[in-house]
Amino acid sequence: MFGPLVVKPAASKGDKTGSWRLTSRPKFLQKNCIACRMCVAICPEGCVEGKEKNTFSCDYTYCKGCGLCALACPRKDIVMEEETLEGKDK
Amino acid sequence: MRQFLEGSHVVAEVVKLCKPGVISAYPITPQTHIVEDLAQMVADGELNAQFVNVESEHSAASVVLGGVAAGVRSFTATSSQGLIYMAEVLFNIAGMRLPLVMTCANRALSAPINIWNDQQDSISLRDCGWIQLYAENNQEVADFHIIAYRLSEDKSIMLPVMVCMDGFILTHGIESVDVPEQAQVDKFLPPYKALYKLDPDQPLTMGLLATPDYYMETRVAIQETMKGVLKLIPKISEEFRGQFGRDYKDCLVEEYYTKGADKVIIAMGSVCGTIKKVVDELRAKGKKVGLLKVISYRPFPYARLCEALKDVPRVAVLDKAVSLGAYAPLAAEIRAAFFGKKKSPKVISSFVAGLGGRDITIESVKEIFRKLTQKEISLEFIDLKPELLKEEYGQ
Amino acid sequence: MDNKTLFRPGHTACAGCGQVIAARLVIDAAGSNTIVVNNTGCLEVLSTRYPETAWSVPWIHSLFENAAAVASGVEAALIYLGKKDKINVIAQGGDGGTADIGLQALSGMLERGHDILYVCYDNEAYMNTGVQRSGLTPFSTNTTTSPAGSQSLGNIRPKKPLPEIAFAHGIPYVATATVGFIPDLQRKVKKAISIKGPKYIQIHVPCPLGWRHEPENTIQVGKAAVETGLYPIIEYENGKLAAVRKITPQPVEEYLKLQGRFKHLLKNPGQLKKIQEIADNNILKYGLKAEP
Repeated sequence: MFGPLVVKPAASKGDKTGSWRLTSRPKFLQKNCIACRMCVAICPEGCVEGKEKNTFSCDYTYCKGCGLCALACPRKDIVMEEETLEGKDK
Repeated sequence: MRQFLEGSHVVAEVVKLCKPGVISAYPITPQTHIVEDLAQMVADGELNAQFVNVESEHSAASVVLGGVAAGVRSFTATSSQGLIYMAEVLFNIAGMRLPLVMTCANRALSAPINIWNDQQDSISLRDCGWIQLYAENNQEVADFHIIAYRLSEDKSIMLPVMVCMDGFILTHGIESVDVPEQAQVDKFLPPYKALYKLDPDQPLTMGLLATPDYYMETRVAIQETMKGVLKLIPKISEEFRGQFGRDYKDCLVEEYYTKGADKVIIAMGSVCGTIKKVVDELRAKGKKVGLLKVISYRPFPYARLCEALKDVPRVAVLDKAVSLGAYAPLAAEIRAAFFGKKKSPKVISSFVAGLGGRDITIESVKEIFRKLTQKEISLEFIDLKPELLKEEYGQ
Repeated sequence: MDNKTLFRPGHTACAGCGQVIAARLVIDAAGSNTIVVNNTGCLEVLSTRYPETAWSVPWIHSLFENAAAVASGVEAALIYLGKKDKINVIAQGGDGGTADIGLQALSGMLERGHDILYVCYDNEAYMNTGVQRSGLTPFSTNTTTSPAGSQSLGNIRPKKPLPEIAFAHGIPYVATATVGFIPDLQRKVKKAISIKGPKYIQIHVPCPLGWRHEPENTIQVGKAAVETGLYPIIEYENGKLAAVRKITPQPVEEYLKLQGRFKHLLKNPGQLKKIQEIADNNILKYGLKAEP
């Protein structure tokens, strides 16, 4: 037993904070997206990813449903829809 | 090479030989000459180190924490108020298992403010997880710093070490000291190779939050490591003897005429020099007296003490500190060491002397031997001068 | 193009937390050749609860007030190793760890001229310990240690002018930024990293929990703070005020009404007037008003 608390990044996957979502989750319509990447920048979790237009979506394992991405999208291509019990497990 | 040097300068010379890359300290009497000397060495190109002039001791300890966390051997020195000011950082450094060497120029604590020597400062931090070594003279000061780096950076230890030297008595005392050669130190002390460090090529997170599920084991780990230190110091001391020629035996305690003694004083630091002189004088007169010098205060060498003193009928513990409201610290440890043991001294008397730099003279030491009778003294302050204090507000 | 963020999801920030938006943008702008030294606070606690860590760069936390001092030691070590030119050092913390308990260490680091970027995440109170008042809590704010009550209208003191205090140390770059305007924030971090010497960036980060607003309003609240003149977005460079974000000033109510921590003021025209004065003074002092 040695003791210093030192952690390598690769060893950590973080908490499954997607379980925090209560009422809503973002839906990435992937229709009018211009790949401005505002959703990527604004997400407090940093769980939105994408490359070209209409390829953006989030990792629901981590998404807390705050709704900032939907408000930030200049093309309203992200909408907050109601969270369901089945949906939470996706 | 043998030189006639002030203690502070001895520290600077030896630290220079250990080649730290980051030095940071805040001046406080009586440590000032140490950092001034090191600054001059850097300014003259004798020592290749980053010398960071910080705005407080708390930041000095933080800077060296950062330095060693980034993988570079570091050094700081302080005293008294500075030590207590940086206390939370010291707990932090030990808890993070970072190797470091710090000189503590022992000095009394405010209030009242007093710049002279006693050991209350470092003893007050006995719980923080630092290894503590106490030097009797400036040769030990020199040698213990080298041993300290070697011990601290050992991959099985990785704990910081405080080398304690009595302020003014040793820091400003000029003695003849054999300062080792660079080649000798290089052979004994390899360059620091970190077990874990801040490096973009291998990112790590250090200093995480530990919930109740995780915290306790880290403290157990340090406690276990301290047991390892008790085993490793004698080995390092043996290697030191081979390289430098000076024999500190197990470097945990020093037994001075304790064999067959009727009365032994236990003490730490420079006062041991005075006690040795009294022991010599009294032994010449046929009195069976001795000195047990404690070198490693943390980890505390319980087993060695029991072994050395189990047949000595009367023991006096001389503390230069007191845990106000309870016992003298060293005395409490000695009593704990012998509690429940079949073979132990019949009398363990506790004396507190020298607080705030009050001189402990040959006469004081003889007085302690005289007071060491079959009546155990639970705690006695000696050499008091109550007539000098003018009391304004007391009843 | 590397899509991976250096501040990974799975941390336990509140939903809609402004500070983690900023923290992620800062480290992604600085890049992977960066060592981060973090003070105790929300960011440290939510991102490094053993055995989890959100950080993909070397990261160290020591104590509440000493990130600037530890970072000074890291920087000194890198200089000793001859590696400082290739590696950025960021020291960061909240307004508590920077403006109050950490002011001494920050001042020392700035004065000594270390090549370090200090980032202050200003959510205007000691949020991690429960929304207590700090030196950067604005005038008349309701916090748990400066609560509004029958005898009090909240915090009685104005914000400590920390950007000016940093600037007074004579450092090459000082800026304020906000999560309300993300590209500006990213630009400022990149610029700061490219300058040698001590830099200070203070980022306004709305806190849904402490400021009492909905998580989805974080950006809107951040923008309103700027547009009322209550949080000037400025840059000090080369010894003078170099740039400001011009605004068409909105009345302070537009900002205050969005947050529960100012609820006690909305029916108090006298107090609102005082806050409007603070905003007006900012607009005048920094020349914030956009010309028509």
